Amino acid sequence: MKKLLIAAAALIAAPLSAQPVAITGGKLVVGDGSPPIENGVVVINDGRVVAVGGPGTTIPAGATIIAAPGKWITPGIVASFSRIGLVEVDGGVPGADDSDADDSPYSAALDIGWSVNPAASPVAVSRADGVTRAVIAPNAGEHIFAGRGAVIDTAADYDPITRPRAFQLVELGERGTSLAGGSRSAAYLTFTEALRAARDGRQPGGPDDSLWTDADLRALAPVVRGEEKLFVHVNRAVDIVNALKLRREFPRLDMVLVGVAEGWMVAREIAAAGVPVIAEPLLNRPDSFEQLAATQSNIGRMRKAGVDVSVSLITEWVSRGARNQRQYAGNLVALNRVPGHEGVSWDEAFAMITSRPAAMVGMAGEIGVLKRGARADVVVWSDDPLELSSAAEQVWIDGVQQSLETRQTRLRDRYRHIARQALPPSYRK
Amino acid sequence: MRSLFQHLALATSALALTACQVGGTESAGDNAPPQRFSKDPYPSRYQPYPGVPTLITNATIFDGVGGRIDNGAVYIANGKIEAVGHAAAMALPEGIATIDGTGMYVTPGIIDVHSHLGNYPAPSVQAHSDGNEATDPNTAYVWTEHSIWPQDPGFSRALANGGVTALQVLPGSANLFGGRSVTLKNVPGRNVMDMKFPSAPYGLKMACGENPKRVYGGKGGPASRMANVAVTREQWIKAEAYDREWDKYEAKGGKMPKRDLTLDTLRGVLDGEILVHNHCYRADEMSIMLQMAKEFGYKVTSFQHAVEAYKIADLLAEAGTCSAMWADWYGFKMESYDAINENIPFVHAAGGCAITHSDDPDGIQRLNQETAKALAAGRRAGLDISDAEAWTWLSANPARSLGIFDRTGSLEPGKMADVVLWNGNPYSVYTRPAKVWVDGALLYDAANPALRPTSDFELGQPGEGDVK
Repeated sequence: MKKLLIAAAALIAAPLSAQPVAITGGKLVVGDGSPPIENGVVVINDGRVVAVGGPGTTIPAGATIIAAPGKWITPGIVASFSRIGLVEVDGGVPGADDSDADDSPYSAALDIGWSVNPAASPVAVSRADGVTRAVIAPNAGEHIFAGRGAVIDTAADYDPITRPRAFQLVELGERGTSLAGGSRSAAYLTFTEALRAARDGRQPGGPDDSLWTDADLRALAPVVRGEEKLFVHVNRAVDIVNALKLRREFPRLDMVLVGVAEGWMVAREIAAAGVPVIAEPLLNRPDSFEQLAATQSNIGRMRKAGVDVSVSLITEWVSRGARNQRQYAGNLVALNRVPGHEGVSWDEAFAMITSRPAAMVGMAGEIGVLKRGARADVVVWSDDPLELSSAAEQVWIDGVQQSLETRQTRLRDRYRHIARQALPPSYRK
Repeated sequence: MRSLFQHLALATSALALTACQVGGTESAGDNAPPQRFSKDPYPSRYQPYPGVPTLITNATIFDGVGGRIDNGAVYIANGKIEAVGHAAAMALPEGIATIDGTGMYVTPGIIDVHSHLGNYPAPSVQAHSDGNEATDPNTAYVWTEHSIWPQDPGFSRALANGGVTALQVLPGSANLFGGRSVTLKNVPGRNVMDMKFPSAPYGLKMACGENPKRVYGGKGGPASRMANVAVTREQWIKAEAYDREWDKYEAKGGKMPKRDLTLDTLRGVLDGEILVHNHCYRADEMSIMLQMAKEFGYKVTSFQHAVEAYKIADLLAEAGTCSAMWADWYGFKMESYDAINENIPFVHAAGGCAITHSDDPDGIQRLNQETAKALAAGRRAGLDISDAEAWTWLSANPARSLGIFDRTGSLEPGKMADVVLWNGNPYSVYTRPAKVWVDGALLYDAANPALRPTSDFELGQPGEGDVK
């Protein structure tokens, strides 16, 4: 994989893909929910994982060996739902936010891939903390359809898109209600009318034909056919049930539910529908009237009922907080020791930030897992990656070792010693 | 601070009796003796709940002031910390309740110096949005305690998941002078007075930077940082005149000057009775605000957020000004663009007063975890900071900055028994509070669903009584 590297500082990320690399001797986590392998080995070559296993794993002749005793070796973290690379600074700073397009006449047709800036600071900050891939979602502007999301890598190059147009995002909860005109009835009618029009290849007649452009309807056609995933943002229990009912009229919808704060109340229905969910693990306050039953046990209970779950931040910090996804997953493990709570195992928690989100965008076996044939996104951690004191020490993306330098580490180094020196701080580089 | 404030409290309770006469003094002659109005007209009605004498043994203890005791014991009785050390060395009464803390940790309760629980409660709807009186750059006349809804479900989450036993609720940062803050015990009450930390000094929320100029840029200003400073200075000049007028009246009597709620608050700052908590992100602006404090003779007790404190950690230490910081929030606005993960440990290492704060109803549930991340970042940068030392960011330094350290914020005999028993190392992501005591009353017990508060708002709702 030929890549244009970003900036001189990133040039230390010398490609190692010319010859195999074997990382050995650490606690190896495959990422699929299986227990860690002690004294594990992963061999990568030409951007892919070529071998994984215990200490007996065959290491090809000529491989560069990176010994990692006492360390943890894992697939890179996959940000399950994010806007990394879309926003340099939040808060509507002009020129620094590409996450929504609320002045555009287009909605479903918006392809977020064009908005990704791999040089945005949150990309480097995420990468430096072991986040190697990100599912990125547009933010709904004026319509319930936010547009087409993508999967990106966080490497220091100008070729960020791993999978374009990976899914369509629709708002059918409180936000969708507001966008559609004030009620859930309006949101569902808007949704079904658009999908009917896309299915039938016509512009919907009605009070306002300007709701949809031809481009929007064309973008929805593969969703109706089940060829493109549909991410549905809902939180309230009845909204979840209603969203699942949409498959009665549109049986091929390949849905992923996002948010799902009250999912535990209808966990059996979700499991029976076989629809995976992306949920926020620590949501536990009735912050809106669509999440009155929010509890940190939501994910554990859904998982226990057989629902496939990924962990993410969804409502806040989506543009830059993916590095804390592992902390959030760790908290789910903590719940196992609190009476009345339902947590998840460590192995499952780690899968929820690696292989599960990969599967939800149709990339199972390709990213988020250390298995033969997968992309070589590998992180060597100082210790247990879900633990607060641990740090990513080495990161490979597509087999290319990455710089872990960020604006933040540069500022840290500049101000590590603040006593007056021969020249002002601006001269310390 | 305690002695000063207690003196005031005693003085004002007696003088409050005369407050009703204030309106009748207009015609008093030049020789009328001075009368005083109450400075504490909405006093705390907090009363500790009953507890039982309890001994925790075999635990690891962070005493909150940097000490660590392995295999230690804490004895609480009568709402106070009675003894801290090793059980064998304690003179203990017969038959007291004993908790085996093997594998567990005991710490002082966490104190969050920056919360909006109650004034921006859940559900976060406009009808509940009571934290910013964004109608004038100076609203020092508002007291945020009058916005606080005690039924905010967030208080209970902060207790059960966060081990938070006291907190400061502040007005927002829309205004240069946002109003008075209030310090609360994290104990449910029917009104804010039931929750007020007894005799805690008031704080004044000030703000610099982006927020005031954004809010008032289209409303007649300030529209720039220079006007932020200019308008703030103008208010202090008014406050100085008011202070002189009242000083003279209080010394000599005569005609009582006209009262002004805004200037009452500012005068309280100039007199050292009200503590300044200044929302400020950038190093350059914090430096200017420290200089402003010198110009008008007050002290900045703390900078809130202080994202660039690491750039002037020496100046902050020299001024004795605390910095209340996040572990890793960055880039959410321009003035947070230069955030680094080592901010808290760098301030600490420079000899400053470092505080981990939340400003967030979710973050307040994990201040121990946020501290753990900051501590780890500091160690990776080469700093030698012990686990026990870092706990000063969570209880002792917060208590100091709120003027309540003489009564809480550490596990020292005689202090309020505000105590958390953690089910493991509180710097681990896998750890949660097992029990939380406030003034010796057991108010949260992970093993006992009856000891889990449920706000009125949650009664009869889906999920009522659930673990949260």
